[in-house]
Amino acid sequence: MSVTAFHPLARLLHWLMALLILAMLFIGVSMVGDLSTRHPLLVELHKATGLALLVLVVLRIALRLSLAHPPLPRTLPPLQRLAAGASHVLLYLLMLAMPLLGWAMLSAGGYPRPLQLPVIAPHDLQLYAILRQAHGWAGYVLFATVLLHLAAALMHALVHRDGVLRSMWPGPLGRRS
Amino acid sequence: MNAPLNGSAKALRLAAIAAAVAALGAGFAYAAGWVGASKLTPQRIIDTFEAQAGHHPGYRKNHAKGLCVSGYFESSGQAAALSSARVFSQKKVPVFGRFAIGGANPFAPDTAVPVRSLALQLSSDDGQVWRTGMNNPPVLAVSTPEAFYAQVLAATPDPATGKPDPARLQAFFAAHPESAAFRQWAAAYKPSDSFASTAYNSINAFRLIDANGQAQPVRWTLEPQTPFTALPAQVDDKLLLQHDLKQRLAQGPLRWTLRLTLAEPGDAVDDPASPWPAERRSVNAGTLVLEQVDGPEQGACRDLNFDPLILPHGIEPSADPILAARSAAYSVSFNRRSAETLQQGAKP
Repeated sequence: MSVTAFHPLARLLHWLMALLILAMLFIGVSMVGDLSTRHPLLVELHKATGLALLVLVVLRIALRLSLAHPPLPRTLPPLQRLAAGASHVLLYLLMLAMPLLGWAMLSAGGYPRPLQLPVIAPHDLQLYAILRQAHGWAGYVLFATVLLHLAAALMHALVHRDGVLRSMWPGPLGRRS
Repeated sequence: MNAPLNGSAKALRLAAIAAAVAALGAGFAYAAGWVGASKLTPQRIIDTFEAQAGHHPGYRKNHAKGLCVSGYFESSGQAAALSSARVFSQKKVPVFGRFAIGGANPFAPDTAVPVRSLALQLSSDDGQVWRTGMNNPPVLAVSTPEAFYAQVLAATPDPATGKPDPARLQAFFAAHPESAAFRQWAAAYKPSDSFASTAYNSINAFRLIDANGQAQPVRWTLEPQTPFTALPAQVDDKLLLQHDLKQRLAQGPLRWTLRLTLAEPGDAVDDPASPWPAERRSVNAGTLVLEQVDGPEQGACRDLNFDPLILPHGIEPSADPILAARSAAYSVSFNRRSAETLQQGAKP
């Protein structure tokens, strides 16, 4: 018999990462245009949170592959089913790529890494330019995907009312009506 | 499963979802500075440098003309009690650096610009890195990034003469009394004929953190051990300072004393325009020894951003707003020139 909700650990990770990722996207996009004394603090926070998110996404992928997760409602049309699958693959890819691009970008730019992490790319200005731009664009795509994800979750909760949001609900689930 | 929604109930919920998504998107646009009041950004400062001095792909957007050097720092051990940073206790710390003249024009004659700079990277054996960008004036004319930007605008070259309009500069200084110490320095400044006999100052204050976590605000100066000789009134060589440095280093290493000046309570630790009293205690932290020149922009210094906030454990930033703004603007310069190197193959 299939489960009707995500494992509590998976739900905890989802909402923790959702908060951190949203914070990171806002910090990232605002710090690059900020020259106040907030700038260095935001950059430090951005690097530390990015590293934490890298650890969390690895854990999350492991959980996703090992724990049972609820299927999508049978009433969902094939095209939406495909869109749901594709957008989740994209979210996982971007969640993994963002911190790795950040780390590689610092390596290629000859910058120190947090916790003296080793370099994962050679010090090369042209490679830095590619990675820096990729980090920025991947951030915009991630934000757009998060918006889509949010809109879809709200559609399920408020319009379809099919229990999809309930399966990822952050609190205790109680009895299903 | 609930009954499907229809009509106005469904429309209302769809509108609520659209509003939620739009609100989050609008918040993002605001955070990015795409909407809302336009404030001074590091991008605008770099745009202005480029507007004034021309677009020079691949070059740093300020202090564009320089050359790479390498050597080492020999710590005296005397600053080890003030800061736990390994550079102050390690006997010999590898260094590379970059001498430059101020301004965004990489083809300006060396002696046409009064501002000279030395940027260094010190890499200690605990894996920590210290980068510092120093200038010959001990103070800035301004205390905030906004005033700095006003100063840059006031110094916009007049298209007719190619030089800043003196009346505009005078008006700027009149409106910025905090520039008094800088103006006094500028009036008394006698340029030397060499990078080697020039002193370089940290400009901003930093905090040294000792082994017990106690903080001591400091500024530092690299004092030249090369005797001063005045710059001749008439100079024809546009690369005078670079040629001189190569010639001197071909004959032997050049030395500077790293002197840390210790602030006392009440000193302006977050205002780069405000000098500290001359009687402040100072510590000789060690000797910078530069051994060789790597050629204009061709050495290890070229692909580095000498962000003054790249600091080892044991040195922390002060609350100086210019320090934070330097870090932000250097990053924009580094990103732009790296992108130019990629797109246009531009190399200084």
